[in-house]
Amino acid sequence: MNQPAGGASPALTRARRGIADYVETALPKIVLGPTLLCALIFVYGFIAWTAWLSFTESRILPRYDFAGLVQYIALFANDRWWTAVKNLGIFAGLFIGFCLVTGLVLAILLDQRIRAEGFLRAIYLYPMALSFIVTGTAWRWILNPGLGLEHLVRQLGFEHFTFDWIVTPGMSIYAVVIAGVWQSTGFVMALFLAGLRGIDDAIIKAAQVDGAGPVRIYGSIVIPSLRPVFFSSLIILGHIAIKSFDLVMALTGGGPGFSSDLPATFMYTFAFNRNQIGLGAASAMMMLMTVVAIIVPMIYSETRRQRHG
Amino acid sequence: MGEPYRTQTAGSHLIGRAVIYTLLVLFALYYLMPLFVMLTTSLKTLDDIRTGNLLALPVQLSFDAWTKAWDSACTGVYCGGLKGNFLNSVSFVVPAVIISTLIGAFNGYVLTMWRFKGSDLLFTALLIGCFIPFQVVLLPMAQTLGWLGIANSTAGLVFVHVVYGLAFTTLFFRNFYVTVPVELTKAARIDGAGFFTIFWRIILPLSPPIIVVCVIWQFTQIWNDFLFGVVFSSGQRQPITVALNNLVNTTTGVKEYNVDMAAAIIAGLPTLLVYVLAGKYFVRGLTAGAVKG
Repeated sequence: MNQPAGGASPALTRARRGIADYVETALPKIVLGPTLLCALIFVYGFIAWTAWLSFTESRILPRYDFAGLVQYIALFANDRWWTAVKNLGIFAGLFIGFCLVTGLVLAILLDQRIRAEGFLRAIYLYPMALSFIVTGTAWRWILNPGLGLEHLVRQLGFEHFTFDWIVTPGMSIYAVVIAGVWQSTGFVMALFLAGLRGIDDAIIKAAQVDGAGPVRIYGSIVIPSLRPVFFSSLIILGHIAIKSFDLVMALTGGGPGFSSDLPATFMYTFAFNRNQIGLGAASAMMMLMTVVAIIVPMIYSETRRQRHG
Repeated sequence: MGEPYRTQTAGSHLIGRAVIYTLLVLFALYYLMPLFVMLTTSLKTLDDIRTGNLLALPVQLSFDAWTKAWDSACTGVYCGGLKGNFLNSVSFVVPAVIISTLIGAFNGYVLTMWRFKGSDLLFTALLIGCFIPFQVVLLPMAQTLGWLGIANSTAGLVFVHVVYGLAFTTLFFRNFYVTVPVELTKAARIDGAGFFTIFWRIILPLSPPIIVVCVIWQFTQIWNDFLFGVVFSSGQRQPITVALNNLVNTTTGVKEYNVDMAAAIIAGLPTLLVYVLAGKYFVRGLTAGAVKG
């Protein structure tokens, strides 16, 4: 560095440079700071806040005197909550299952050196660009018994054809599955397709030399090597399922009655429409704990497995 | 060039190909069907809807449903169509996307080029923000927005979307910059270039692909959001997704399916347009988050 051309004393310059250096080394932390602060307050702090609310008797206004487990006891005694939990089980199981199977089939079919592959892929994937509200609105119209699909099939001559899941308690959650699968399969297909393209052809050629047929090759080489893709698809789909809110709101509104409620719609209804803040907070905490209970062990076991080869 | 395991033996080859193409086309028709139904229904008159069927083409093209959905459809007691809500969405989506992308870029830059002790741990702590069900922050956030005086406002929605989008945007940029050789910035540092100089001169010029991916991802997420919109806004301030849902659920008067469908297309059009114009980047964004987990 050049000496400063007179004026400031060397000591002062050194001090200034000290500050400049300090700022320079601290700058990365200063830049990252606001984001970390946001995460600390608005993610971790708010989780703690909601947890606290779930231990109070808050109703229309938040109150902060500790009341123990009353809200959880009320939650577990609430039929509507158990309907929501059961529906989540049905929805998540079928949604994930159908998305994985259909996504894999589509990816394998598309991987057969298909003409217009890009075009077809774009068609399978476009629903991902739509919101669940738009999807729900469209399927609500398609599945409505009066003028929708049922009407269409009856016009074709099958006069006793009935397809009224969307307005039938106990069946409406399956209507939600139909729309959810339609929306999300393309995404899983894209993940599988990327996985298929990453498989080393040399292994497959070796298997062919050994006389393995296509079924055998897919069954024992290709599909097992897609394990990491199954894993990330499972996490993403499970996550979509637990957070599912918009789709139910647009498709059935949780109805008929509350027969197609999910935990997410339950939480919204109680916290914001019925002024049961404490109960809403308790249900939100149950959702969080479900996510933690599923995702943490999965990530843990997967990283362990990778480390041990 | 051939990948022989992907084809069958000579005899069954032709049949196999035919089966594959048939399946692919059937799937394509299935995925296109709802869009086709939405579009045709929106162009029909109510009489046409009642006498025809789901897959029938409009007897006579009518754009009335579209003008009604945009201009005069009723949600609750308010009858001004969706145009106001469409503009609401634009007014908070654009700033939220720009701010969250910008901050994400700086965060990713720090987390790769200026690592410090504990920065990886902080990144992991930040990532958890991607996974929480947002229901768990709704009640405190509703209260906080009230305290800050930005409840039910554009600023409030921008704030919420930026805060909960940062984990994703940081993830995008961090995973992209991790592939940039550190030597590039080290050399510049030895030459005396500072934090911001390196960012503007070296990192930013490399970034357009990931900026596009990030902007498209954020735009799609925020435009399509319903949860924050329905909880943190009301009345005329609501975003288009919430207004669409209200419109469809308005029970007074005759159910106008054609108006519902026109409204749904209006609500979906911006993200659909982005998908058509930049599908490659859209898919890259979807998979970028996924592959890393």
